[in-house]
Amino acid sequence: MIEIKDIQKSYAMGQNTLHVLKGINFDVAEGEMVAIMGSSGSGKSTLLNILGMLDVADSGSYILDKNPIKNLDETKAAIYRNKFLGFVFQSFNLISYKTALENVMLPLYYQKVARKERQERAQKFLDQVGLGPWATHHPNELSGGQKQRVAIARALVSEPKVLLADEPTGALDSKTSYELMDVLQKINDKGITLLIVTHEEDIANMCKRIVHLRDGVMVEDKKVKQVRASSYVE
Amino acid sequence: MMFRTLFDRDTWQEIFGSIQKNKLRTLITVIGVLWGIFIYITLSGASKGLDNGFERQFEDVAINSLFVWAQRTSIPYDGFRTGRNMQLKLDDQRYLMQRVPQLQYVAPRIARGVFGGNGSSVKRDGKSGAYAVYGDFPILVKIASKDIFDGGRFINQADIDNQRKVCVIGERTQTELFEKDEDPIGDYIQIDDMYFQVIGVHKFSGGGGFENDSDIFIPFTTFKKLYNTGDHVDWFAMAAYDSADVVAVEKDIKVALKVKHRVHPDDERAFGTFNLGEVFNRVKGFSSGMNILSLVVGIATILAGVIGIGNILLISVRERTKELGIRRALGATPSEVRMQIIIESVFLTLVAGILGIILGAFVLAIINVMTADSSSFPYTNPTVPIKYILGALGLMVGLGTLIGLIPAQRAVSIKPIDALREE
Repeated sequence: MIEIKDIQKSYAMGQNTLHVLKGINFDVAEGEMVAIMGSSGSGKSTLLNILGMLDVADSGSYILDKNPIKNLDETKAAIYRNKFLGFVFQSFNLISYKTALENVMLPLYYQKVARKERQERAQKFLDQVGLGPWATHHPNELSGGQKQRVAIARALVSEPKVLLADEPTGALDSKTSYELMDVLQKINDKGITLLIVTHEEDIANMCKRIVHLRDGVMVEDKKVKQVRASSYVE
Repeated sequence: MMFRTLFDRDTWQEIFGSIQKNKLRTLITVIGVLWGIFIYITLSGASKGLDNGFERQFEDVAINSLFVWAQRTSIPYDGFRTGRNMQLKLDDQRYLMQRVPQLQYVAPRIARGVFGGNGSSVKRDGKSGAYAVYGDFPILVKIASKDIFDGGRFINQADIDNQRKVCVIGERTQTELFEKDEDPIGDYIQIDDMYFQVIGVHKFSGGGGFENDSDIFIPFTTFKKLYNTGDHVDWFAMAAYDSADVVAVEKDIKVALKVKHRVHPDDERAFGTFNLGEVFNRVKGFSSGMNILSLVVGIATILAGVIGIGNILLISVRERTKELGIRRALGATPSEVRMQIIIESVFLTLVAGILGIILGAFVLAIINVMTADSSSFPYTNPTVPIKYILGALGLMVGLGTLIGLIPAQRAVSIKPIDALREE
């Protein structure tokens, strides 16, 4: 599903250049659930941003579902993001003046899906994350966990190949975190590839594979026995 | 792409969504443009009203009319000493028509009780008063039209030829000399002990000049006989052809009269003139100046308002950096984001503009009602031509687009990743 070869990325910081990614090689198969771990500054978020086409690597190749991702201008990147990827952010990033349902509908709007169909599909995904009855609520009427579930529904509504989550539980308490991981695991069970950036060991252990980054290089890549979040819930 | 976006219900939902996000800010922004177009509409409507008002003031008088009267010489000439009293004569009419071909009509006039002196004493049925009496030719109405009430008429050629003792009285003369239910037409009044039959009552018209609503007009020939004035003429009322240059005509008349009456060519005092055409042109110039002023002020205020919208959108884009970043992460292309901002800008401008036009029209209507009764205030039917309104709307759409480009460009210049990172 994802193949990256020798990804390099550096940022210019005044006179100095900060070498964030120093040649990452990394393959993800369809249906995997990968945790990307590392301390802050290890380059894990940069890697995710490059995978999400929010950022562009200096060198290296990136193939997403057999499509080589290169020479992206903003318009092309936007279309790829819309078609292939779903995003979940630490700070939810819901649009505050739209209801939960409208937030979920938004990616479909940019896919030019007809309004009625958008509504139906968005409602289906809200139901899937257990927030069906909250469709008409605005984000400020929802708890953190609920907001993140709306964000997940929004990421899923465009039926992406890969879901990218940047510290999805970072702003949540552990109970809510586990509930959320339960939702993500169930999504993964349906065959959607998940990449989760986290620095929490227990969250990482709920994935099927853990990748460790340190100072821009991959230091560890291991398969783990997945801990089911449902065992913590209730 | 643009039209599809424009007629897409969802586009509007997106725009209303973001407008509603900050109602107060939107409102204040809208008021900025609204005020601009309101000032523009009110000003240009008012200046049009003033224009119409002036035109109404002059409607009873030929626009390019002039008046000439005799004074005293100020330079000795041809054996005459200085300070000689000049006197216009009846045959000057024919002479002027010949010498100044641009003159269309020349009406000799004579009067009592107009420029100093008492009017004639007029009596009827024990009621009496002193009124100004004019000796006139029918041609006068070509220069200064007289509104005669139904059933009456003005002096005609037969009155002149037969030196008839007929008169046209004013509205006030009628109320002072006649009872309310009396019909004055055909009845008689005494002017300086001579009986005159009333043939008409003229309406008072506010149009400048010295005439008023009590004036009595009698045939010139009758006047001449009654007061034994010979061929004397007090002044000539004249109208030049529409195409004539009234200033040049005025000069030609003076030159011609100086030659005939043997006055020094440089003597500016011997004949007095009043050039209504020139005054009218000045008034016209004034009101077209007002038009230009209102246009300039209006456009400047609209511009200020639109810049306000641009400014607000710039702030709004900054506040919405994150939101726009989210939208782009979710698949909005830069051109979609740009289009949204521009449509927002144009939409706000247009709504504000239309509200301003409605408000301006409302205020103009109120002014119109309030000034409807006042005949002395030159203000009639304040309107703004539809093409000016459409022009203003077009200008606003254009400016709204242009000013929207700045925040729109700014919105897409921020990379989505930076936008999302911003906390």
